[in-house]
Amino acid sequence: MFVARSIAADHKDLIHDVSYDFHGRRMATCSSDQSVKVWDKSENGEWHCTASWKTHSGSVWRVTWAHPEFGQVLASCSFDRTAAVWEEIVGESNDKQRGLSHWIKRTTLVDSRTSVTDVKFAPKHMGLMLTTCSADGVVRIYEAPDVMNLSQWSLQHEISCKLSCSCISWNPSSSRAHQPMFAVGSDDSNVTYSGKVQIYEYNENTRKYAKAETLMTVTDAVHDIAFAPNLGRSFHVLAIATKDVRIFKLVPMRKESASTGPTKLEVQIVAQFDNHNSQVWRVSWNITSTLLASSGDDGCVRLWKANYMDNWKCTGILKGDGSPLTGSSGQPTAMSTVVGSSVQTSQNALNGMSLGFRACGVGCAVVFVYFFKTFFLLIFFSF
Amino acid sequence: MEEVDVEPAVTNIPAASDGKHLGFAWGPGDILVYETLYKASGSGCSFIHEVRKDEDIYSPNLRKLFNESHHIFVGLQTIREDLPSKNKKPQFVSISKNYRSVIRACMEELQQVAVSTKDAEVATQYGNQVSILLAIELIWNLCEVLTLSGSLLLHLLDWVRLHKADVDEKAAEVLQSESPAEHHDYWDVVVSYVLQGRLEEARQMLVKQATLHPAARKMYKLMDTLLSKMPFYNPGGTQTLTEFDVKWRHWHGEVNRCLQDNSFASNQHLEIICKIIVGDEDTLLEHKELLSTWYHFLVTRLLFSHPTVKPTELHYYAQSCMTMFLDARSVPEPLDNILLAAFEFDIHQVIKECSIALNNWWFVAHLTDLLDHCKLLQSHNLHFGSNLREFLLLEYASGLFTHHSLWQLAVDYFDNCPEFGRVYLGLQIEHIPLDTERKALKVLRICEQRQMSEQVRSICKIMAMRALRNNRLGSALSWSIRAKDAAFATLISERFLQDYCTRGTFSDLDLIDNLGPAMLLSDRLTFLGKYREFHKLYGEKRFSEAAKLLLSLMTAKIAPRSFWMTLLTDALPLLEQKEVIFSADQTHELMFCLEELTSSLNHSAPGTDKPTQDEDIEQTKVELLRLALARNLAMAIIKEGTIEA
Repeated sequence: MFVARSIAADHKDLIHDVSYDFHGRRMATCSSDQSVKVWDKSENGEWHCTASWKTHSGSVWRVTWAHPEFGQVLASCSFDRTAAVWEEIVGESNDKQRGLSHWIKRTTLVDSRTSVTDVKFAPKHMGLMLTTCSADGVVRIYEAPDVMNLSQWSLQHEISCKLSCSCISWNPSSSRAHQPMFAVGSDDSNVTYSGKVQIYEYNENTRKYAKAETLMTVTDAVHDIAFAPNLGRSFHVLAIATKDVRIFKLVPMRKESASTGPTKLEVQIVAQFDNHNSQVWRVSWNITSTLLASSGDDGCVRLWKANYMDNWKCTGILKGDGSPLTGSSGQPTAMSTVVGSSVQTSQNALNGMSLGFRACGVGCAVVFVYFFKTFFLLIFFSF
Repeated sequence: MEEVDVEPAVTNIPAASDGKHLGFAWGPGDILVYETLYKASGSGCSFIHEVRKDEDIYSPNLRKLFNESHHIFVGLQTIREDLPSKNKKPQFVSISKNYRSVIRACMEELQQVAVSTKDAEVATQYGNQVSILLAIELIWNLCEVLTLSGSLLLHLLDWVRLHKADVDEKAAEVLQSESPAEHHDYWDVVVSYVLQGRLEEARQMLVKQATLHPAARKMYKLMDTLLSKMPFYNPGGTQTLTEFDVKWRHWHGEVNRCLQDNSFASNQHLEIICKIIVGDEDTLLEHKELLSTWYHFLVTRLLFSHPTVKPTELHYYAQSCMTMFLDARSVPEPLDNILLAAFEFDIHQVIKECSIALNNWWFVAHLTDLLDHCKLLQSHNLHFGSNLREFLLLEYASGLFTHHSLWQLAVDYFDNCPEFGRVYLGLQIEHIPLDTERKALKVLRICEQRQMSEQVRSICKIMAMRALRNNRLGSALSWSIRAKDAAFATLISERFLQDYCTRGTFSDLDLIDNLGPAMLLSDRLTFLGKYREFHKLYGEKRFSEAAKLLLSLMTAKIAPRSFWMTLLTDALPLLEQKEVIFSADQTHELMFCLEELTSSLNHSAPGTDKPTQDEDIEQTKVELLRLALARNLAMAIIKEGTIEA
């Protein structure tokens, strides 16, 4: 892997979240400076900040995009106990010429009495639904019944999880065999309350969400949680960031026909890694769920991959090299690009591994320094 | 099986590491990384780094490789399963050769660019790519020789010749000099020819030397005879193995006798050649410079010592040759291990090692696919053969999908992955940016051809929403019709009607006039279509048809109640025509509609304060209508009575 470009985000404080839009052409960033910025990728791959505005009166923890079927919509959540929904307005033509876009607040969701720690849109097949979770242990599910009027959101469900919530993840499966399902994690550090991950499933009969499972083996604080894309499988895969990285398989058990309760899930642990040494803060899957990324106290992002025998292994590490690009914020406002310094370093480190191709027919005596650069590693191990 | 355990690759991110965290976000093609802190507050540098994987995908020089190998791949998939394997083998060999010639073409092109570029760094980069391609071609060729070809040794010789082409360059140089026989590289060339088993060419070179030394003519003549008489074994030929063996032993004995009786003692060069062809290992090893690789050494050794080597014995010789040749170096390099695994016929190990050593999936995916088609993965006892193939193809295709134009090639690769190809394609194709309508249509076509209805619907919805946001109602409507999105079609129809009410004209007439059965998608859309039809009829002065349609819009409850007043107002000019258009019955129905509307309006708005100006206008409108209706009714009754009479 290599750093293709670096972008000066120019936030006045710590960045808490960066989020790609569905097509990867836009990104949103949020920060302790209480603002959200939206960036657009130009034809040549450069990022340009097209909007930056104050969104909350506290640190903004998370920012997330709605599916483009619903237009250009963002949601943010903050320490200020609110979540907000933003919509881009197709503005005056001169705004466009100047490369600016205009976002307006459609609603503020004020139901939480404590910091709103995570905000996620539900899978698009459920309509335009937004979920929040907060430190007071409540998950709230809002719905915009009219997608053309985003100022109206109704609180559909309020689910009390008893423990301070830190993260939520929707099961993305749109299969008819699966009811809507989400997992919520708690960062309550008291290990005597076990089961820091709860899974809720929608019940068509009661029209309510009911707890389907509690992962009792997860006893330490959970910081992030992520369902994998389903790939048409009957079971679900869930990654958890706690004191280590864990991957669980949730297999729905055959339902008794008369039963109206939630689907029982058989919970199997697939992998568990403590390579981050201490707390793991984020986990997230790529599009096809072939790679899981995790970020932890060791200051690294680790990439995990299963081979075709379903053995999981770390295949790549992204690591800060200790060289802050810029000492202070308040650097030039225009984005600057710093191209690929890591390529060089990784090559140096690999110099010894030259393939030694001595029989160059075209008459070049080239040393092989190119190997081991990327993470096409370890698809094959241990069988 | 031997476990290959490699440390994960580390990518350095220009960010502080002490006590800081790295946040990240996955995108369709890359991952964004930034410095942050999760547990405490603090300051951090606010840079975001875009980190990519498949570097090669973005190399413009390799485009050709990806494009052309795609054609070969697609061709390979169409070879029919049921053909007898005998007929398929030549096809597979030719496909393998096609792949290799694509690699070679790409390599030569790169080589030219590398030479012509002035930027040293770029030149090195291209040089690196060339050497990777060289290695790939070398490995591929060996695999082809070992698994697909018949006469092993002859093909191995070809393989060595092809990849040790510097002999020819040197030979050309020698031959172009004024006196080739006295050139300082002369003997190197002759010996190299012999080492590669190119005895005919060696003899021709020796003739030059012989003419220079007439005194030693007899000796040169003897060498020439020895070289010319060396038998080569061709398993496909008419010669049996025993026949060949007898011949070879005889020849070998002859060479040995010449060596014993010091026939060449007066000329060290000829003596060396004699020792080489008798298979003297020490002499071979003294020519490491000319052999340059252990596998050249292996092939030469086989040629002169074990010409009837069987495939099953190869690995033994390969291993020993490698050890003998590489004595100075302790650790064999990745390429050595890959080739060794190939000589051991451990195809799986080859693929495994290549995946680790090479920085792209192109090679392993295509080679594995070919071997899988040849049924070679099964015959090598890999029960997960097809899974391995699919796994590698999926990885390669996913890499292609991150590229803004190469993704189209990936579609065919996904199509040929029976287990997960369709799901992967579905997940990946959704994320293709729909920059233009043209691109959206392209993506849409791919999804439609594969009956991926969910993706089709989603793309149309996205496009409809985007068009609506930009106030392009016609485009929005046609996209939502395509998405079969009734709710959205209703919404857009409403917008059309609103626009009509404020402006008095319709936009996108072409579209609305040609809705056809699509009109039935939503009630409101039906109304929009029918209402427009009314306007058309009216414009064409087909008044009675227009009147009938107008009335039916209300009586059949197609028109929304909020639109009735507009419809009734539209009826006014028809009522005011000289001839009677609405019949008495129809007029009654119109009156009924008007009463229904006004009573519901009065009901909903109980008499508050003074009527506003708007209400005044409404009131006037209603009174005008009542008047017109009453007059029309009177005329209609008279007319109908007259005709009946």
